[in-house]
Amino acid sequence: MTADWPILSMSIWLPILGGLAVLGSGDKAPGVTRWLALIVALLTLLVTLPLWIGFDTGTAQMQFVEQVEWVPAFDAWYRLGVDGISMPLIILTAFVSVLVIIAAWQVIQYKPHQYLAAFLIMEGVMIGVFSALDAMLFYVFWEAMLIPMFLVIGVWGGPNRVYATIKFFLYTFLGSVFMLVALVYMYFKSGSMDILAFHDLKLGLTEQILIFLAFLLAFAVKVPMWPVHTWLPDAHVEAPTGGSVILAAIMLKIGGYGFLRFSLPITPDASSELDWLLILLSLVAVVYIGFVALVQQDMKKLIAYSSIAHMGFVTLGFFIVFILLQKGGDGALLGLEGGMVQMVSHGFISAAMFLSVGVLYDRLHSRQITDYGGVVNTMPWFAAFMVFFAMANAGLPGTSGFVGEFMVILASFQANFWYAFLAATTLIIGAAYTLWMVKRVVFGDVASDGVAQLKDINGREALVLGVLAAAVLALGLWPAPLIDVMEATLHQLVNHIAVSKL
Amino acid sequence: MDNILLSIVLAPLIGSLIAGLWRNQVGRAGAHWVTTLGVGISCALSLYVFWLHAFEGAPVYNESVYTWMVAEGIRFEVGFLVDNLTAMMMAVVTFVSLMVHIYTIGYMADEEGYQRFFSYISLFTFAMLMLVMANNFLQLFFGWEAVGLVSYLLIGFYFKKETAIFANMKAFLVNRVGDFGFILGIGAVLMYFGSLDYAQVFAKAPEMAGTTMTIWGDAQWSVMTVICILLFIGAMGKSAQMPLHVWLPDSMEGPTPISALIHAATMVTAGIFMVARMSPLFELSETALSFILVIGATTAFFMGLIGIVQNDIKRVVAYSTLSQLGYMITALGASAYAAGLFHLMTHAFFKALLFLAAGSVIIGMHHIQDIRKMGGIRKYMPITHWTALLGSLALIGFPGFSGFFSKDAIIESVHLSSLWGAGYASWMLTAGVFVTALYSFRMYFLVFHGKGPRDEHAKAHLHESLAVVTVPLVLLAIPSVFIGWYAVEPMLFGDFFDGAIHVAAIHDTLGQMGRTYTDQAGFILHGVGMLPFWLAMAGLALAFVLYMLKPSWPAAIKARAGLLYRVLDNKYGFDDFNQKVFAGGSRGLGKALWLVGDRAMIDGLMVNGSAHSVGALAGIARYLQTGYLFHYAIAIILGLLALMTWFVFL
Repeated sequence: MTADWPILSMSIWLPILGGLAVLGSGDKAPGVTRWLALIVALLTLLVTLPLWIGFDTGTAQMQFVEQVEWVPAFDAWYRLGVDGISMPLIILTAFVSVLVIIAAWQVIQYKPHQYLAAFLIMEGVMIGVFSALDAMLFYVFWEAMLIPMFLVIGVWGGPNRVYATIKFFLYTFLGSVFMLVALVYMYFKSGSMDILAFHDLKLGLTEQILIFLAFLLAFAVKVPMWPVHTWLPDAHVEAPTGGSVILAAIMLKIGGYGFLRFSLPITPDASSELDWLLILLSLVAVVYIGFVALVQQDMKKLIAYSSIAHMGFVTLGFFIVFILLQKGGDGALLGLEGGMVQMVSHGFISAAMFLSVGVLYDRLHSRQITDYGGVVNTMPWFAAFMVFFAMANAGLPGTSGFVGEFMVILASFQANFWYAFLAATTLIIGAAYTLWMVKRVVFGDVASDGVAQLKDINGREALVLGVLAAAVLALGLWPAPLIDVMEATLHQLVNHIAVSKL
Repeated sequence: MDNILLSIVLAPLIGSLIAGLWRNQVGRAGAHWVTTLGVGISCALSLYVFWLHAFEGAPVYNESVYTWMVAEGIRFEVGFLVDNLTAMMMAVVTFVSLMVHIYTIGYMADEEGYQRFFSYISLFTFAMLMLVMANNFLQLFFGWEAVGLVSYLLIGFYFKKETAIFANMKAFLVNRVGDFGFILGIGAVLMYFGSLDYAQVFAKAPEMAGTTMTIWGDAQWSVMTVICILLFIGAMGKSAQMPLHVWLPDSMEGPTPISALIHAATMVTAGIFMVARMSPLFELSETALSFILVIGATTAFFMGLIGIVQNDIKRVVAYSTLSQLGYMITALGASAYAAGLFHLMTHAFFKALLFLAAGSVIIGMHHIQDIRKMGGIRKYMPITHWTALLGSLALIGFPGFSGFFSKDAIIESVHLSSLWGAGYASWMLTAGVFVTALYSFRMYFLVFHGKGPRDEHAKAHLHESLAVVTVPLVLLAIPSVFIGWYAVEPMLFGDFFDGAIHVAAIHDTLGQMGRTYTDQAGFILHGVGMLPFWLAMAGLALAFVLYMLKPSWPAAIKARAGLLYRVLDNKYGFDDFNQKVFAGGSRGLGKALWLVGDRAMIDGLMVNGSAHSVGALAGIARYLQTGYLFHYAIAIILGLLALMTWFVFL
């Protein structure tokens, strides 16, 4: 029934047009604006749901495909489609966007219409990134995504927002320029902008390595991987809560998505050749960044570093695949699936963590750990949520945080004992930085007058955190539906990269 | 059967959720009713399941509840395996838990967070049941970490106390060190067995016995040794074996009922249960068994020694628990899994009893925990006194009491073991018996005998606790005394654990003992003739001399043996070492990486550095664009000259 509808186009343009409408509504009646934005976000979520319900888990083919000729001169098409990799990320985007709109309800008083419009437009553009099957279209969405985020941090951000926005913009822009060069090169080789055609494009090893490195710059900055990660803590600290949530929950995933959509299938031999580098950087992210997170005094910085460490599992899961293929293939699929699950799970947990910090920030206007202590005394319900999400962040079984890490550790053990050894240190370090923060912020006797006057979360905040908690639990207790969705696609990907292009 | 098992697991969970999420709606009484009812249902059904399996010969139940996920063709299930081993654990866990629920009604009567407490202990019961009933490694790990979570929440129950919230974080992190090994062990299992299902793994285990792997260089490691030692590291965390024991004494910051339930009777024995469950794997690695023997025996003796110098009533019992866990672990190393589990069971009863009796004393003394301020309490609290005495006699292994059978069996089987390290372990355990008797009766005499409480304020209000407190004491005292007599034959020498525990013929120390076993009376007579019994009597007698006859002697000994006392009082320096090296070291490393790596190198040199370089370069380039016409003219002429030179001469 829904198969004939242009669901992907609707998912992209509904929030963008809705965002423009919100922008046009002005700041005369913020109440109406908020409801309008919420309705748009909810409608978008509703529109994306058929992608999930109608998804055929049995095939690795692109589904819900739409094609319209766009720029004939470059053979560029308006070409959309989803598979098991992009579909969960699109749902995640639509889901988190709704929560961000609700979380901004009373918090954003300065030009709320522009703020909400920025998020809605960003939502549409990000869905565009995940569903574009044409390189030019992808690139346009990819760059367009930066603008609303740039504005969100630059306008609604903290005191040092200018430094943070420029750092954010230059970092990501630098990476994507190289990606553009690679895309153009492949257009000249294949005569088409079709990403799937790139997958089958024959490329020599040198070409592959150069293309791989160009992509690596773009995606490594987004993930972010060590050592191009330093924009993230700055951006998070300065961003408003909603900006942090989208940044951590969705934008970082675009880097991981890029590896799966571009690097691995287009340059399998280069990926195999350079997998040691990516594995090394992933393990550095897990261990090094974990220790750095331990000593942060600013809660948002701590969570930002924790995000980098958790994303290390994503790239680790993706790049151990080649070693596993050489060993016979056991564990390769497990690693890829683990990386994907980790992306979705991190979307929930990082969103929840940043929203929790946002709840505190809205009350005391501080993100410093030392300004808190004994929050549980005045905000028991909030404390329950915070401890729950902290445990999820520490990878407690039964929460989503466990699933991806577990799968990646199991897979990496099969690649090399020491990969698993270093990755598993997150059990200790991850718990240490998360619980130490919880100890200093949530537990203890009331530390200051500010804490003594805290009011527990209201219904709106409880709703947002409660929905996320439910998602974290659901994925942790029953990850099967998510795995089933991506099994066919990732299986096909493993088969694809197992064949050399040389 | 499906429904019964699901009810056993879910009843405590539902109770916990109701008491936790609707704490204001159900109120205090509602919370304790709903949770106690949930655990009561669970306990009754568990006893029924135990009866079916132990007496009716019900077949082993091994079914999946639901498929957690299927990845790469590997099925990750949530499911139950119920055999005699599981049934025994279920019965012990739910029974002790029920006793603790009832006891808590009295113990926590005046406390804030009453509903929260009940919610937690019911949640714990759920998690522990998931652990023992698991039929695969995934669910085992779920239960394993979930009991750790509840332990964390309960140690930090008094969240305003700095010591409590330090202790709970410490407990969680030290346990995570163990889990770090555990998860790697699970990774190894999946890699070599291609499954996480117990039945499939155990069936395939014998063919893996000769497989080796490399970890570092070319040295070949037996896969089974690697797997077993990694899994055992998990057990060392959860069952608090040296050097991962440091969290357990601090866990006494939690309320006493959970010290009894979690940190004595059930959760800390998860490691023993796990190793016994994995006996088909551990039997294939003598290296791992020797490792276990040495770790367990070291813990058993040296932790007992610390118990002698503790003055906090709960800490004495806590060190006693560490020592007794060491006994159980050592039994596993000697392949006497059944003896380890037997001691697990008897210990669960008498140690829960001792903790709850200690709690009863603490209520009576208005939360004074220093045994030097107590004394003569037997006159004021007769039920607490008598049950504590029975518990202490069971603990030191007085002939006929439950602890006698289980401990004697352990010492005997370790003595018979021919593995590397068994000789050392045997001596440690035998000497440990003396230590056990000494610290147990030191505490007993100081608390219950001598002149009335030395704290005058407490003395005025001292009286026996309420029935909700004393009834569980009595109910726990019964098995503490009698269960050994009834269970020794089927559990150690009979076929109770057949099929659940696998012992290789060459390791079968219990089988060797079984050949000379006649009946309980014969076992007692044999034990009375052996060294451990006389050491226990000597310890008891020494405690009597030191704390009843010559109360001035302990201080004199303390003064003479200053160094030894300081070593024991500092608990061998583990805490200081961890605090300085691991905690301090990690913070230092983190600071260094952050300030030098991220701030100075990446941001300072590369990011802002390149920004500055661009700025500097632009500054130089600016000199080219001066705006003076003659500068440009010269540049044009020079350029022309250069081009002409190029074309003409090259």
